[in-house]
Amino acid sequence: MASGIRIRAKLKDGVAEVKCLMKHDMETGTRKDTKTGELIPAHHITDVTCEHNGKVVMTAHWGPAVSKNPYFAFQVKDAKPGDTIKVSWVDNKGATDSVEETLK
Amino acid sequence: MKKVFPLVFALSALFSGQLLADPESDREAFVKYFEQRFPDVALENYANGIYALDKPAYEQWLQIEEFPPYELAIEEGEQLFNTPFANGKGYADCFPDGGIGIRQNYPYFDTDRGEVVTLEYAINLCREANGEQPLKYKKGPIASISAYMAYTSRGKPFAMDLGDDPRALAAYEQGKQFYYSKRGQLNFSCADCHIKNAGMQIRADRLSAGLGHATHFPVYRSKWGDMGTLHRRFDGCNKQVRAEPLPAQGEDYRNLEYFLSYMSNGMETNGPGARK
Repeated sequence: MASGIRIRAKLKDGVAEVKCLMKHDMETGTRKDTKTGELIPAHHITDVTCEHNGKVVMTAHWGPAVSKNPYFAFQVKDAKPGDTIKVSWVDNKGATDSVEETLK
Repeated sequence: MKKVFPLVFALSALFSGQLLADPESDREAFVKYFEQRFPDVALENYANGIYALDKPAYEQWLQIEEFPPYELAIEEGEQLFNTPFANGKGYADCFPDGGIGIRQNYPYFDTDRGEVVTLEYAINLCREANGEQPLKYKKGPIASISAYMAYTSRGKPFAMDLGDDPRALAAYEQGKQFYYSKRGQLNFSCADCHIKNAGMQIRADRLSAGLGHATHFPVYRSKWGDMGTLHRRFDGCNKQVRAEPLPAQGEDYRNLEYFLSYMSNGMETNGPGARK
């Protein structure tokens, strides 16, 4: 369990309903530290990618408006059992995380 | 004579309330009130808070529960729970059954300490006994640890036994008085909202029933975007009636939790929960 993304995928009539919960601070960059009054630097996810069997099927560009520990759900069509779904993100500091799930 | 007797009885009850406290009949009356008020709602559904009374919100909540936001907290709590203290001992050494599946026994009245011990209070007592700094009570690591412990106890019915210690009954009575006392600039008691006006609109939201209030804590509240303990919620409730909140895990709030939990005695624990 190294990944900070929790994923669940349900297959129904060739469409996979993918749900993820990503652990991330999602700092907007406009919040101040209550003690020092200094701005807390922005730290948020900028790109989310979904790969279906290694082929990119979705890219999402995120900004500071997305909540802390975001929940994200989407559908992938033409999916069948045994296919792999990989979800990954990159944040503005270059950190990255990914998770892979095999459809049942 | 017949008419005078109840009055005398009521007066004597006022002056010697501690002696006459009968928690079990209080609880039965509490449950009966809601049964009569909402005859269509099954008793066990009250553990779902406002979702027992609000159909559209219930459906949204079911979707949230498919992938609950408190999962991360359970995971974090499990890690914290299993991380040993500096002296090599751990939380498991402080609790019966290694701390697993025991949420339903809290809060209880500790006869040695002479006070009500809630789960979060016990977690910090454990830390202090092992030379660690106590955690902050309202949110953060303590909510995660409590969430993990609640998760391991899901489905077990609350098994509170007040015993016959007069101090336990006094604590219960204090909690009960807190619950029914008006406070704050708005002059509301807990009971005003959660008994009298349960199910009614308060601005855009509905008020939940007092029954089942203590079963699902700690809770992930969408409003907080975060986990919080029952005492964080008390804090918020008191602020909303414009009263000065009391310290979390202070005697008043612990006694209140004691009373409130007893009202849900016998209901299943279903913490951690997700609420609006």
